[in-house]
Amino acid sequence: MNIAVLQFPGSNCDQDAFHLFASGLGLPTRYLWHKETSLGSADLVVVPGGFSYGDYLRCGAIARFSPVMGAVREHAERGGLVLGICNGFQILCEAGLLPGALIRNSSLEYRCMTCDLVVEEAGPAFNTRLVGKRVRLPIGHGEGNFRIDDAGLERLESNHQVLLRYADNPNGSLSSIAGIRNEEGNVFGMMPHPDRAFERFHPSQDGLAVARAVLSLRFPDILKESA
Amino acid sequence: MKIKVFVTPKRNVLDPQGVAVGHALESLGLKGLKGTRVGKVVELEVDGADSPQLRSQIDKLCRDLLSNPVIEDYHYEIAGG
Repeated sequence: MNIAVLQFPGSNCDQDAFHLFASGLGLPTRYLWHKETSLGSADLVVVPGGFSYGDYLRCGAIARFSPVMGAVREHAERGGLVLGICNGFQILCEAGLLPGALIRNSSLEYRCMTCDLVVEEAGPAFNTRLVGKRVRLPIGHGEGNFRIDDAGLERLESNHQVLLRYADNPNGSLSSIAGIRNEEGNVFGMMPHPDRAFERFHPSQDGLAVARAVLSLRFPDILKESA
Repeated sequence: MKIKVFVTPKRNVLDPQGVAVGHALESLGLKGLKGTRVGKVVELEVDGADSPQLRSQIDKLCRDLLSNPVIEDYHYEIAGG
C-alpha cells in the first residue's frame, strides 16, 4: 500500500500528514509535488492542510487547477482513495470531488483548538465501530463553515455521507458538519486534523483510528494491525 | 477591452463578513441599514472585441474559477469592446 501526500505552494501540514502515515501507521509514504501529472502507484492520495496559493480568490480555488489534480480526479473516478484535511477538504470541494463549500467562520475568528467530534455511521469505511463514538481532534481554520443547499444537505444525510460532527460547533457549519465523504465512499474530507493527533505529545491519538478507517475500505488488514 | 467581473455571496448564503461590516457601518452612524454583502471585483484586460464566443468563455471561467456557484453569484460588464 502506498500513500502520496500532495504538496502545493503554501501547503504547511504536508509533513504532519506524511508522519501520520509514515511514522504513525508505518506505511510507505512519499510527497508528490503539485506539478506532477501522475500519481505513480499511490493507493491513497492525501491532500494536506495549509494555505495553498495563499488562499487567494477562495480557499482551494487555485490549487484545484494544479496539474496533479487531473490525476487525482482520475484516481478518484477509478475508485481510488482520497483524503483531504482542512485546506485539502476545501480543495476537494472546489474541485467538485466532494459536495458543498467552506466559507468564513461565522465568528469571523480563526479557530485553533481541540474539538470533540461525534462519529457518524457513514458506511463500511467510516463508522463508530472503526473509529469510536467520539474523537478529539485539533482544528485550525478561518474558513471551515460548511455550506450546501437544502437538496444537497438532504442528499448528504440520507446517503449517510457525514463522517464527523462537532459536539460544540466552532465555525457555524450547517448541521455541525466537520467531515463528509462522497456518495461512492472513496473520497473523504474533513476540517479537523487527524495529522495533529497521533503522537504522545498531541492532544489525542484519535487520528490513527481515523486514518485506519479511511484505508480500511481497500486494505481491511490495516485494522488487524491495530488490534 | 475591459471586463469587470462582480462576485457576490448568494442571497441565501450566510455572509459573516457582510454582517460584521454592517455592524461597523451602523456604529459609524448609518441609519436604516437593511443589509450588507461583501463580494469582490475582478478586472480583466483582454485584446479583441465583444462576441458571443468571448461571453461564453467568460461565463465558463466565472463558473469554474472566479466564482464558486455553490456559494456565490457573478455578473460582468464589458467596456471598450
